[in-house]
Amino acid sequence: MDTNDQYGGHHRTPARVPLGRTPARAPLGRTPRRARLVAAAGAAALALSAGLATPLSPAPSQAHAADDDGKKVLTVAVAQSVDSLSPFLAVRLLSTSIHRLTYEYLTNYDPEDNSVVPGFANKWESSPDKLTWTYTIRSDSKWSDGEQATAEDAAWTFNTMMTDPGAATANGSFVSNFEKVTAPSPTQLVIELKKPQATMTALDVPIVPKHVWEKVDDYSKFNNDKDFPVVGNGPFVLTDYKPDSYVRLKANKDFWRGAPKFDELVFRYYKDQDAAVSALRKGEVSFVAGSPSLTPAQAASLKGEKNIHVNDAPGRRFYALATNPGARARNGETMGDGHPSLLDQRVRNALFKAVDREAVIDKVFQGHAVEGAGYIPPRFSPYFWKPSPGQELTYDPDEAGRMLDRAGLKKNADGRRIGKDGKPITYRVLCHATDPNDKAIGQYLQEWWGELGIGVTLNCLDNVTDPWLAGEYDLAFDGWSVNPDPDFVLSIHTCAALPATPEETGATDNFICDKTYDELYARQLAEYDPDKRAAIVKRMESRLYDLGYMNVMAYPNAVEAYRTDQIESITTMPAKAGNIYGQDGYWSWWSAAPADSGDSSGGSSSTGVVVGIVAGVVVLAGAGAFFTLRRRATADERE
Amino acid sequence: MTADAASAPVGKTGAAGPAAAPHGPGARTATAYLRYVAGKLAGAAVSLLAVLVTSFFLFRLIPGDPVKFMTGGRQVSAEQFAHYRAQFGLDLPMWQQFTDYCGKALTGDLGTSYQFNAPVIDKITEALPNTLLLTGTAFVIYTLLGIFLGTRSAWRHGRLGDRLNTGLALTLYSVPSFWLGLLLIVTLSVGIGPLPGLFPTGGMESGGEEGFAYVVDVAHHLVLPVVTLVAVEYGQTLLVTRSALMDEMGSDYLTTARAKGLRDDLVRRRHAVPNALLPTVTLIFINLGRTVAGVILVETVFSWPGLGGLFYQALSVPDLPLVQGLFLVFAAAVIVMNTLADLIYPLLDPRVGR
Repeated sequence: MDTNDQYGGHHRTPARVPLGRTPARAPLGRTPRRARLVAAAGAAALALSAGLATPLSPAPSQAHAADDDGKKVLTVAVAQSVDSLSPFLAVRLLSTSIHRLTYEYLTNYDPEDNSVVPGFANKWESSPDKLTWTYTIRSDSKWSDGEQATAEDAAWTFNTMMTDPGAATANGSFVSNFEKVTAPSPTQLVIELKKPQATMTALDVPIVPKHVWEKVDDYSKFNNDKDFPVVGNGPFVLTDYKPDSYVRLKANKDFWRGAPKFDELVFRYYKDQDAAVSALRKGEVSFVAGSPSLTPAQAASLKGEKNIHVNDAPGRRFYALATNPGARARNGETMGDGHPSLLDQRVRNALFKAVDREAVIDKVFQGHAVEGAGYIPPRFSPYFWKPSPGQELTYDPDEAGRMLDRAGLKKNADGRRIGKDGKPITYRVLCHATDPNDKAIGQYLQEWWGELGIGVTLNCLDNVTDPWLAGEYDLAFDGWSVNPDPDFVLSIHTCAALPATPEETGATDNFICDKTYDELYARQLAEYDPDKRAAIVKRMESRLYDLGYMNVMAYPNAVEAYRTDQIESITTMPAKAGNIYGQDGYWSWWSAAPADSGDSSGGSSSTGVVVGIVAGVVVLAGAGAFFTLRRRATADERE
Repeated sequence: MTADAASAPVGKTGAAGPAAAPHGPGARTATAYLRYVAGKLAGAAVSLLAVLVTSFFLFRLIPGDPVKFMTGGRQVSAEQFAHYRAQFGLDLPMWQQFTDYCGKALTGDLGTSYQFNAPVIDKITEALPNTLLLTGTAFVIYTLLGIFLGTRSAWRHGRLGDRLNTGLALTLYSVPSFWLGLLLIVTLSVGIGPLPGLFPTGGMESGGEEGFAYVVDVAHHLVLPVVTLVAVEYGQTLLVTRSALMDEMGSDYLTTARAKGLRDDLVRRRHAVPNALLPTVTLIFINLGRTVAGVILVETVFSWPGLGGLFYQALSVPDLPLVQGLFLVFAAAVIVMNTLADLIYPLLDPRVGR
């Protein structure tokens, strides 16, 4: 253990010094010997304490440290910094997950199948004209300061977002179609809409206590991170936060759905995922968030490890190859410089037919993904759609070549395909420099499309936003996390999402604007019957598939891991096979049950602390003794 | 008595500079020193001003519109977009943004971080003590260790001990810090074989401790990152000290000192080392300036909530006010430390500044 020696050596060094100085007179000989004694004693003490530590803390069980008072603590390793703890400002996954745990939303999603279940509202109904929604607010939810949570809190939250731009920062889009929100009684909330909106049971907005928040001066500046505990009514109460160190929550014993089984939930920061995996292996944390997913190498190293379960679950993301459809703004002005040959659907389809999705799954994701089909991942079963056998763009490079021939992109003498402008075709593919998958698949594309006679330039950037929003790309690696309600990921391909002018920015993903798709989008948004709406959504996916502007290659898995000797059971979402971190709802942490052994993670090992103290004291004593002796030695010398 | 003449001033001047003032030549020295000080301070002020200007324009060269980056992937209406731009002051002409920035910076207001929605100065003061604790502790240890081992090495240069010493120092100096850090985590933190995990894997504290327990807890978390930093950094000081001392070792005054019958140890400590310390002092102050900037890699591997990590996060947006503020603080620290070094040189070596 070189490193260990290095550390030990450095402490021992000062003590060794006197030994080198002995050439002098006899009386002085005493001093070094004394110093040596101190050094020896120090080393012995160190060794002793280290030896003492061994039986008490063999590596894996170091995790004990349920708190001194026997509290069950669930510690989760996270990497993402909190942007804000204000529900009006927070957009990052960690912050919004904390809000899921500390505030109620009107409705929630069933962990079994993502269907809508009661949250802050018990019941809801819409008027015959589809423009008025009436929610019955539960009367058994109290704020953590003892006040009753009522419909008035919800009405106040929505109204604040509708009137104060600062409060609309994070979730303003949810209320943009609201005409009026009122609370006629403590248990009744009425929302009037401008236009019908099918997403009224998917309003992912934390409801905050009016009596606390109405005192805030400026919602665009208030981060809700100074006064703890933060008043809330979710399954946990936020009790402490230190930026990039930890976020601490305690169980809300009065939570209406039942108290969480752990007493405390701590999100602790590990900025390096390898370090987080080490912390899990050691037992310092109970769970390593799969955000980003563990790498195949990390997952492989944890598999088979005692007391560790790797949750390799269907993810909520799709991973696609987007094609520039000739970017334009809503006012009709064209933008960017997408390759004109890609405006031909046959070319787009041919390119995708030359992408070997199986190789992508096996070689790039190393099995931690599912082959892509429709736009929405299979875990959202009501909306999952697959192309019919006749429609499917199966991997067939030969047929792809013939399709390109038919599209008029003939090969020249060098075997390169020639565009309408008479020049050999080279597509620029926009890729995220931070994503190894993009780079790996990009290289495959160079190979696969190279065989078709098409060149590929990989344009890997730290920040793809600028060329992307300017439409300056031919193809791009694209991916989104999908919500239980698919409205958002569908909306980003409508003409309405295009930027108003080339100078502005729209919500559009990659400038798709298709009349058929738009008509279907409008219909699904006004369809309140879930089955009928799902049928329309599937037709939209089919249309998107045929257009060939969004080619879904894979649905990456969520790969995360936890200790089974600390967490006995935990709800995944969907329940059969799903992720744990970043769910739509509080299910995982609310349901997590501590393992019988009573171990929980989080505390530093008390043995470690003892060792630390002993080592520190020994070093200090050694140093003190050394300098005292040294001074005396010098004094001797002077005399 | 050449020896005393050469070696004495170093020891004396440091303490006796003002005492020399009453004498004629001493007064001249004092005026010369003041002139020297004024020159150095003026230079530092100009550098700081240059940094202020650079920090504004440099980071505007980073491609990327912060508002687009921050709202990317979310549904944001045109009004909200305009609201953001106005809130960040990005809708103003560049010259106005610049004058606003300079005016505020001079009053200590570094603006509001885009991504954290909090005053930049708050974010910096939040992380600065953490960084100083880590880099400062490491600095003290690696400087003392480097000087100590460097002196030993030079005194017995060419022998086995020296070769082992410099060899190890050079090896560790060239080791990537994140790799060494991970190695320490895997061995000393997780534990390997019969060796138990002795130290926490990362972070600065376990959370929830108070009083003395908190101090012990932080110290416990501090060990591995400090060891990593010390291992990687001490070699530099060692080598500089060693070579400077070796330059002095042939000097006549050392022979004279030995001839006086001084113990070898005292010859080294009282005569040789003080004269050889000047390059090391330069290095010390450069390192001291760097301690503020934190150490991105070590802070990341050990999840230390310091300025290095903050800088990385700020750059990736780009969170312009935060990047500018951090750049300003980092640069100012280096300038201040270099100026301090400049001011101390004449005290260490009277030849400087005349």
